[in-house]
Amino acid sequence: MVESPVERSALRMVNIEKYFGQVCALRKINLEVGSNEIVGLIGDNGAGKSTMVKILTGVFPPTSGELYIAGNKVNLHAYNVKKAHEHGIETVYQDKSLGDKQVLWRNFFIGREITLPLGFIDVKREKEIASEIMVNTIGFRGKGITVDSKVSKLSGGERQGVSIGRAMHFKAELIILDEPTVALSLKEVAKVLNFVRKIKESGKACVYISHDISDVYEISDRFVIMDRGEIVASIAKKDISLKALDEFLLEYSHGLKDKAEL
Amino acid sequence: MKQKTSFLTFLGKIEGLPVAAVLLVLYVAFIITAPLVFKGYRIYMSFFQTVPPLLVAGLGLTFVITAGEIDLSFSAVMAFSGFVFAWFYKAIPGPSGPWLAVLLALASGALVGYVNGLLVAKLHVPSIMATLAAQFFWSGVSVLLAGGKSWSIEGITTNIVHTVFVGRIFGIVPAQALWALGLAIFLWYILNRHKFGEEIMFIGDNADVARVMGINVDAARIKLFVMNGVIAAFGALLLTIEMNTYFDTQGEGFLLPTMAAVFIGGTSIAGGYGSIVGTFFGSYIIGSLDAGVVATGIGGYWTQLVSGLVMAASVILNIVLGEGHFRQAGSRIRHWFTPSGSNARDKTD
Repeated sequence: MVESPVERSALRMVNIEKYFGQVCALRKINLEVGSNEIVGLIGDNGAGKSTMVKILTGVFPPTSGELYIAGNKVNLHAYNVKKAHEHGIETVYQDKSLGDKQVLWRNFFIGREITLPLGFIDVKREKEIASEIMVNTIGFRGKGITVDSKVSKLSGGERQGVSIGRAMHFKAELIILDEPTVALSLKEVAKVLNFVRKIKESGKACVYISHDISDVYEISDRFVIMDRGEIVASIAKKDISLKALDEFLLEYSHGLKDKAEL
Repeated sequence: MKQKTSFLTFLGKIEGLPVAAVLLVLYVAFIITAPLVFKGYRIYMSFFQTVPPLLVAGLGLTFVITAGEIDLSFSAVMAFSGFVFAWFYKAIPGPSGPWLAVLLALASGALVGYVNGLLVAKLHVPSIMATLAAQFFWSGVSVLLAGGKSWSIEGITTNIVHTVFVGRIFGIVPAQALWALGLAIFLWYILNRHKFGEEIMFIGDNADVARVMGINVDAARIKLFVMNGVIAAFGALLLTIEMNTYFDTQGEGFLLPTMAAVFIGGTSIAGGYGSIVGTFFGSYIIGSLDAGVVATGIGGYWTQLVSGLVMAASVILNIVLGEGHFRQAGSRIRHWFTPSGSNARDKTD
């Protein structure tokens, strides 16, 4: 039994490993996320963050290990994106959450359409709900953006807002944000962080992945640091300042560099 | 100026409007230059007879191109399924024989499409190559089975199948025009109002997005090619029954005009957007040009030149009124030549 750092668990990974052929992408991953916790996941390119996200969201299965969602063990053989959605795990990707050329109402419901008999889409109802999410959940008001706007017309921050709003609408218990602020201006980053705060306010859990330590520090309750397929540290925010965290990461990467040079 | 732009944007939102306008201008031009022919109704009835096979094939191709793929094999299906119909029409006696022949012809199109779909979705063969090979292969199968000859289908003109598919309604209107119109309306709903159509649009837009949103991309691609095979087979039926013959050259000459009809209709070569309405009018433009240009009396040598001009004009109108779907055309054409798995192979960092 892995020691539990949280009261109620939204997600627990036990000894998750992933090999691509001979290459080990993830080694003995043990991670728990509390039901109203924001975990900042930090790590360099190649640390295994995205691989871990894809396992959690059912894009591909791990080579071995166990996954628990809200305390229930998940059958990883029958796990896929749809199952992850049913379990309440939603993902906001840096750039592949939305179809650029498609209108917003379609993007809200893609893969989970509200259908009439024979698989036809209930367009009216989808538009109503999409509009409701935009106004009430993510707070888009009178900016010339409607449910009939195409995604390509939206700014980067607005796109992430749509993805986060969609995740919240579908009763996500855990929302994974995979580099949601890459290539965004400061103003847009601030918008995204506001959306993330709304996740916390609504009592849900969140795994926030970013290169930007200051974003991660501002938003997270706890930091999990990954390197070369392993979790190397888990530190609560109350135990470390931004400066100390930054120094820790710097030292850590230097330390590894030195090792590599030996 | 601003008003003008927003007016253009508004016009651009009406599906198929640019291409409908081109068709209208074309017919007005024909009425002025060839009033004897184009003021009568006969020429239009003749278009209703000749355009439907091309239109039907174009409707299926619209889905394929919207999904970001290409299918070059549909013209071979128009030969193969036409032959299958001719063969079984002769081989199966009794009143249900012709209907079984119709079903088997449609099934033969599904078979071709299924093989295409497996090659593209499962073996990751780029669709342009898989379907090019299929084009040669199934044309070859038809020629072999038919012994290199055309087969006339005796007695079909008095059969109920003939009346149903290509009869003359009120003695004037070719039934195939209504079949094609009905199919266009049905497929508009499938593309724009059905889950499958939405999946096709998202896959054409960005297959990775479709995948992470839980769409079974492989299954949708296989369904897509099967559907296109069945639709092309239906076009083959309309063609074969109208002609009362399976021709050894059947289907040849459909490939490029059908693609032209789809593209001038505004369907995005980059994938992610398709216009059934545009394909409908585009097919009538393509199908009217030859006869129209000849009727104006400027001579048959001019038909291709005029066709080229009209196509260019339609495509330019689509760009001016549309939203620049053509920009990503280059990357999409590169996709046709790369295995379908390659945009699925995610970076693992």
